[in-house]
Order: sequence, then C-alpha cells, then structure tokens
Amino acid sequence: MAQSITTASQEEVTILQPSRGWTSLNLRDLWLYRELVYFLTWRDIKVRYKQTVLGAGWAIIQPLINMVVLSVIFGNLAELSTEGIPRPIFTFAALLPWGLFSKALSDAGRSMLANRSMITKVYFPRLIIPLSSVLGGVVDFLIQFLILIAMMAYYGYAPTVEILTLPLFLLLAVVTALGFGLWLSALNVLYRDVGYILPFLTQIWLLITPVAYSISEVPARWQLIYALNPMVGVVEGFRWALLGASTAPGLRLLVSTGISLLLLVSGVYYFRRMERTFADMV
Amino acid sequence: MSNYAIRVERLAKRYQIGAQLDHYRTLRDGLSEALLRPMQGWRRSPTPKDNTIWALRDVTFEVRKGEVLGVVGRNGAGKSTLLKILSRVTEPTEGYAEIHGRVGSLLEVGTGFHPELTGRENIFLNGAILGMKRKEIERKFNEIVDFSGVEKFIDTPVKRYSSGMYLRLAFAVAAHMEPEILVVDEVLAVGDAEFQRKCLGKMSDVAQEGRTVLFVSHNMSAILRLTRETIVLEQGRLELRAPSPQAVDFYLTSGLARSGERRWKAEEVPADSAPFCPLALRVLDVQGRTADTLRSTDPITLEIEYSLSAPISGLRVGIYLMAAHGEHIFTAFDTDDAHLFESLESRLAGHYVSRCIIPADLLNEGRYVVGVNASTFRVRRYFQDEYALSFNIDATGAPGMQWTEPRPGPIRPRLDWSILEKSAWRS
Repeated sequence: MAQSITTASQEEVTILQPSRGWTSLNLRDLWLYRELVYFLTWRDIKVRYKQTVLGAGWAIIQPLINMVVLSVIFGNLAELSTEGIPRPIFTFAALLPWGLFSKALSDAGRSMLANRSMITKVYFPRLIIPLSSVLGGVVDFLIQFLILIAMMAYYGYAPTVEILTLPLFLLLAVVTALGFGLWLSALNVLYRDVGYILPFLTQIWLLITPVAYSISEVPARWQLIYALNPMVGVVEGFRWALLGASTAPGLRLLVSTGISLLLLVSGVYYFRRMERTFADMV
Repeated sequence: MSNYAIRVERLAKRYQIGAQLDHYRTLRDGLSEALLRPMQGWRRSPTPKDNTIWALRDVTFEVRKGEVLGVVGRNGAGKSTLLKILSRVTEPTEGYAEIHGRVGSLLEVGTGFHPELTGRENIFLNGAILGMKRKEIERKFNEIVDFSGVEKFIDTPVKRYSSGMYLRLAFAVAAHMEPEILVVDEVLAVGDAEFQRKCLGKMSDVAQEGRTVLFVSHNMSAILRLTRETIVLEQGRLELRAPSPQAVDFYLTSGLARSGERRWKAEEVPADSAPFCPLALRVLDVQGRTADTLRSTDPITLEIEYSLSAPISGLRVGIYLMAAHGEHIFTAFDTDDAHLFESLESRLAGHYVSRCIIPADLLNEGRYVVGVNASTFRVRRYFQDEYALSFNIDATGAPGMQWTEPRPGPIRPRLDWSILEKSAWRS
C-alpha cells in the first residue's frame, strides 16, 4: 500500500509497504488523477468510432435494432403488456439505461485486461479504468436520448414535470453500472473465466429486467424479490420520469437503489483490496 | 526537508511461478478454496516453497537528492522489479520504501499509445498517463513535437508511423516529464543509434538539472557517462554499491571465466545459432599457453574455436574487446581483410579455429573483457556473447612504467619519440 503525506515543508512523501487486508479507498489519488479519467474516456469513445464506417451511428443503430427485435418477440409474439404506451418508446426508454448497464458488464468487465500494458508499466489509481469505461457509456446514452425525444415527439408524448427527476435516475444507472463494472473487472483479472460468462450474463440479465415488458407481468408477491435486481428500479424510474408509466417511485425503487449502493461500495472496497495484485496477475 | 530522495529498507518481492500459472485460476477454483478454508482452520494457505521466487530480497539503499544512481545486473537480477515497486506499479512483499517527491517512471516508451489516434492525440493521452496535467502538455506541446521530428505527421494516426517515428514521438513526450525523481528502465535499448544518442543526451540534461535519477541499463557506457555511483543486483540481492567504474568492472567480471579459456557446453548454446556452434574462446600468451594475465610487451593471441554443422557463406567470426569498466575498444572479424574475405566466401561444415594476434605494446595495464560474434553482414547473427572472457594485462616493461602513475586509456603504445636539441642556451 502506498501512503502519500505532505510534510510541513510542502514535500510529498510516499511510503511503500506491503498492505494487508482491506485498504483505504485513496480518493485523494483519484482526485489528483481526475484528468486521466477524462482522457481515457475520450480515448475509448474516439477509438470506438474512428474505425467504423457509421461512426457515432452505431450508438443509435444498436438500441434501435434491439428495440425492434424485442418488440417483435415480446410484443407481437408474446403479447406482453406495455400499459398502453406505444411499444417502441416503451422499449426504447428502457433500452437507454440498459445500454449503459450492458456496456458496463462487457466493456468494463474486460477493461482491466484490455489495458494490461498500462497497468504493468505506469502507476495511476486503477479504479480509473473501469470508471472511464462506464462513463464512455454515458456519451452513447446522451446520443440515444436525443433519438428518444424525437420518438416521443412522433408519438405525441410531451415530457411532464417528472422528467426533471431523470438526472437522478441517470445517476442511479451509472451507480449500478459502476458497481457491477468494478466487481466484474476485478474478478476478471483474478479468474479469467469471468470474462467468458459475461455475454451469457448479459443475455440473462436482459430477460430478468423489465426492458421489453412491464413489471405488471410479474406476479405481485414476487415483485419485491424481483426488485433485488437493481436495474428494475432504474428502468422503472426511467419509464416513469419520461413516459408517465405507472411505476412511480416506491418500495421497489428503494430495494433496487439499496442493492445498487451496496454493490458500488462493496465493489470499490473489493477492487481496492485486489488492486495490489493486478500488476502481477493481469 | 530531508536530503535523500529515495530510501529503501529490506525491500523484497516474491512472485509465484511454475505450474500455478499454467492455467489461470477459474472462479470455481476460487470459490472452492474459499469454501474449504473454514475447514482448514482459517490459516492462510501456505504458498508452497518451490512455486515462488524472490525477485528481490533484502534490498537496502538510499539515493540522495540530485544523485544519479545506476542499477546494473544480469537479466532476472531484479532490476525491473525494483523499478516497478518504486514506481508503485506493484507492491513489495516485505520491506519499506520512502520516496520524497514526485516520481516519473519511464519503464517503456509509448505506454498507452493507441494506434488509431493521431500523434497529437497520443501526445495528450500519453502525457496524461505519465502524470502530466493538460495545461502542462499544452504548454510543452510545440517543444515535444520539435524534439520528435514528426511535425509533418502529427495529425496522422500513429499506426501509419514507422517504428522509428513512433519511438521518437513516444520518447519526446516522456522526455518532457518534469518529476523530481526520474526512474528509467533501459528505454535506450530500443531504436537506432541516432535515437539512442538523443536519449542519452536528454538523460544527461536531466541529470545535470539536478533531478534525482535511478537508471537501469545494460549499456555500460551509458551507465558510465550518466551516473556517478551504481548498484549491482544479483539474483534479487544488492551485491555492491560503488562508484560506477568500479561497479561496472565488478558486474562484468564477476561471472566471467578467468582462467584464460571459456568453453561453451552444448546446452549453453542457443538452438538458433545452428549451424554455427561455438566451442571455446581462448587468450594465449607468447608461448601459446592459455593465461589470464599477460604481458603488454608481448603479443597476445585470441582464438575462437567453433564448428559448423553445415556450410555457411559470408560468415565472419570476430571478437569484441572491452575494458572491464565498460569502455569498448575494438571489434574485429576474421574476414576483415578483404582478400581473406574473398578467398573464404563459403566455409564448409567442419571444425575451425579463427585466431588473431594483438600486437605487443598496444594495450595498457588493466582488466579486459572479450566477447564473440559470429554473423553474416546484415543478414543474420548466429551467435553473440559480449562478455565471454576476461584477462589482465600486466604492463611491466611498458613505456613509462618507470613512473608509477596510472595512465588512463585502454592503449599504451610504444611510440617512436625523438628529442631534438634545436639550439643550446649556454650561459
């Protein structure tokens, strides 16, 4: 573990010693290296779009295709309810935070391994890696948000005052994504099979999150247990804030948020504890 | 304010090696271990002794502010591990280190460079990774581009750069770090002569500016040029700390054959040297006996014995001569003489000895190191061992030996002096 102290004579002294057990979060270093968060996020976004022909178009096409596929399967085939809201925007509104989350599962989960060369050569707080991976998803989110607004206009859905709570739900989505991202990225360094189950995990998660269907499809007595999936609270919140769905903040949101925060805090501590081995194991 | 920049006490680093790493741990392994642990009574699972190595063991030293300290050692001696710990890339297993000031580490150039981004974008990215603030990078941007010499291509993606351009740009960014303590690991080993010269130049500027530098290298002349004191690491331990010439001498000669002959066993010869196979390198005195101390007033014979399992054309077999403190003296090949080269265009399979004679009255007293090289010009290098054998020169009887003063320099020729009296001053 390294400790940084500034002595009376304004000199920065770093102490390096083996650390045992749980270590401090070292938020000070994270603050010192805040510019790197920006640069790495910027790099991820730039690189992602430089090589593709459609560039930023991918940020739009992917959820649109998802929406169409899900609408067909859950709507036309399974005919699950959307509470009267037009299916495309019902689904698309949920696909926005879902995109953030699934990107965190896949990209953030692999981010440590992808940046192996940096981790083994330079010091910076390693938290920055999964963090910038998740933040890169926020940019995609913003692009998709514009598309959603356009779709809402098309279907004649004017935003209500509840839309002001949207930033809070976005924050909740980021917190959830980050919690998962931290756990997965740390686990993936130590246990390589985690990387292989990510696509599988993402698929399953999509089915247990009310993206393509409304929570009213879930039997009432299971709904609180169902809300243990933190994305439930996020998706419901988004639908309520944007489209006035019946899922006003309530007990389920509380449960989901609690789980999100728990995952985030435990994720940060676990990551920090494992950080000392990353350079040796990645 | 303390007067040392780095203080290291009993630093140690242990790594796990071997079968353990053949397959990455799976989640199943991790979970089953976690579940079984309560049954093992909560003791931490002991690491089996034969699965670990100590990359560093019991290393203690201090670096004063403004000092430029060299670090030398064979591959695997622990140099890179030491730098990684001091750069906070990895943690020590035991021990303690104290660092006063900001550390900038150059363990590799171009860390974080992404091939899809342009030179300009990579400068900012790499600078940020190295710890520079954006304003700092902006301020130095023009200097960095100038230093790198890739101005015309600064806005092309780096994947289009030649390797030389890439290196120059990467080094240019790194060269403009301004940390109080600079930790450098053999960055200079890559790149062409021009690049290496530039790197050395910049390093010596940095050293002169009064920054503390920890410099790891295999390049003995760089060590000698830039550092005043050097530490020698051997198998993870600190063997010696001494003024650089002494430390380099110790390092070069400590493992070397000293009996006047160096033999290579079959397993010591890398497989890709075939069909060339070195057998022995010898230093012979005027009577043809192998010796480890020779008179400078006598001619010295060096011979390389080798075998070829297949014919090679254009082969040249030669030696490097170096002073033990690291200074290169000469490189010479058996077919340097054009006439000899033409007559021996192709060497058939067989057993050979290439022998040369260093004239008498050439070398100065001191210790020397001989290396071997077998190659074809610009095509392939079959075998090289730069530090194969050492020998001493005893300068008794050499010109000027009636005065017991050390004369610097590797050669001590007997020159043809004449003293003419141009005019006499008589009282």
